[in-house]
Amino acid sequence: MCGIVGLLVKKPQLRAQLGALMVPMLTGMTERGPDSAGLAVYTEPVAEAQHKLSLYRGRHAVDWTDLLARFSSDVSGSHRAHATGNHAVLTTDAEPDDVAAWLLARAPEVAVLSIGRSIDLYKDVGAPAEIAARYGFAGLRGSHLVGHTRMATESAVTPAHAHPFTAGRDFCLVHNGSLSNPHLVRKKLEPLGIEFETDNDTEAACRFFEWRLREGDDLRTAVQRGFSELDGFFTFLMGTDVELLIVRDAFACKPAVVAESDDYVAIASEFRSLAHLPDIAHASLFEPKPEEIYSWHI
Amino acid sequence: MAHLNPAVVGGAEGGAEAGAGKVSAVDPAGAWRSFDLAASSLRELNHFLHRRAQAEGVTRVSVVHPDGAHSIACGLDAPLEVDVQGHVGYYVAGMNQAASVTVHGNAGPGAAENMMSGRVHIRGFASTAAGASAHGGLLIIDGDASLRCGISLKGGDIVVGGSVGSFSAFMAQAGRIVVCGDAGDALGDSLYEAVIYVRGKIRSLGADARIEPMTATDHAAVRELLAAAGFDHDPSEFRRVASAKSLYHWHADADQEY
Repeated sequence: MCGIVGLLVKKPQLRAQLGALMVPMLTGMTERGPDSAGLAVYTEPVAEAQHKLSLYRGRHAVDWTDLLARFSSDVSGSHRAHATGNHAVLTTDAEPDDVAAWLLARAPEVAVLSIGRSIDLYKDVGAPAEIAARYGFAGLRGSHLVGHTRMATESAVTPAHAHPFTAGRDFCLVHNGSLSNPHLVRKKLEPLGIEFETDNDTEAACRFFEWRLREGDDLRTAVQRGFSELDGFFTFLMGTDVELLIVRDAFACKPAVVAESDDYVAIASEFRSLAHLPDIAHASLFEPKPEEIYSWHI
Repeated sequence: MAHLNPAVVGGAEGGAEAGAGKVSAVDPAGAWRSFDLAASSLRELNHFLHRRAQAEGVTRVSVVHPDGAHSIACGLDAPLEVDVQGHVGYYVAGMNQAASVTVHGNAGPGAAENMMSGRVHIRGFASTAAGASAHGGLLIIDGDASLRCGISLKGGDIVVGGSVGSFSAFMAQAGRIVVCGDAGDALGDSLYEAVIYVRGKIRSLGADARIEPMTATDHAAVRELLAAAGFDHDPSEFRRVASAKSLYHWHADADQEY
């Protein structure tokens, strides 16, 4: 069992409240996912020549200021880091692949959680309320977000196995359910040079969709293709820099409910995570139908 | 797709003052009580319904701010009237016996699952497995019901004002389901003796389910159930789906290759 939450605000003036609106959604899914939680928030994109990398040091003693100084002395360009506990968002005009390579060589204890121009990603083990407080989720600003609370069934409880998973740039995915053929998907993708970081079934779905996006599919087409490639139970919620998308498997095994108003689109596994939202009594409520793709653009 | 929101959440009966046992409002005549689930726990509500309502002469209970909570009014076994003013989560009125539970909102998975008798009315839409394995009673859903509505039905009646999702009435053994809208895929797969009446389109029938002619008995049954549920359709617009009973006996000569 897991909980998923998604929120997209339709009016720019609501972007400052994105995190505050979302925290009760995330903590409302604690019973569905008490062991880990995480979220990806999409902010205003950084300048054209820049990228953001969400970094995670876990329990390793990493001084972010020192890391930034060492990185700046090795790699030319403008770089800045914003640290929140054991997470930091590095904004840089270096090539993301070069940053990742530098980290692997010089600070291998630091994991890269996401790369993009809009996405910031936080995830860790622990109760959702603790994680929300630890990383100041209530203060997050942005246009949309994808969140998850995890009750592990398929693989270990570690920060790396927590959701959201990311691949490529500005793409993330969370999953409620379990896939039965993640190893086949992996065997298909690995010969194409696609590397996996965990043994988690959700990562296979995330990398499959991102591979299709790089091959030229739009997200809807990629998801449509997934119906014949991914076997198992799923409610997937995905984000890109401009889009939020939800899809359920043919058997609708895992729940989801959507509330849409003039101000927002809010998605959760259950209504109890939506009950607090402003003017929810007048929002349009529906359950996504199986194998129908629902998406919203910012 | 049904959209329904409670017109009023927390009406005149939803006073904030929590008295003894966290009952939110008390009728001086003692006939009804109101529980505000924003102020009292689900356990307090269900304990009152199970253990105290009858002893205290309470016959009607109103519940405000359900906010998607699970297992509201589960396991009732007395002729109480319960009105829930809002949306509920999993298993509302599960195992119901004798009580009449109305949800002025939408219901999560397993509404009225394993109902024994009584009446459960969902004014909005219901999620998956509504009325699963109900042995008796009447479940009314004004909006749509999601997948697996009436799965393993064992004698209860279900009337759905909207459409039902795929795999509805899977292995249903006894009872009747009336669908005023459409049905999804694999309707009535592996049916036993339950009968389904569908007014709209059927995307596909499940294994061993077939459409049969409507008899006078069927028309009467549909008329009775529609009247009980408050719908106004003409019974002649419905088709009967029942078991062809070809799976009732083992066919030794059947092709065992899959």
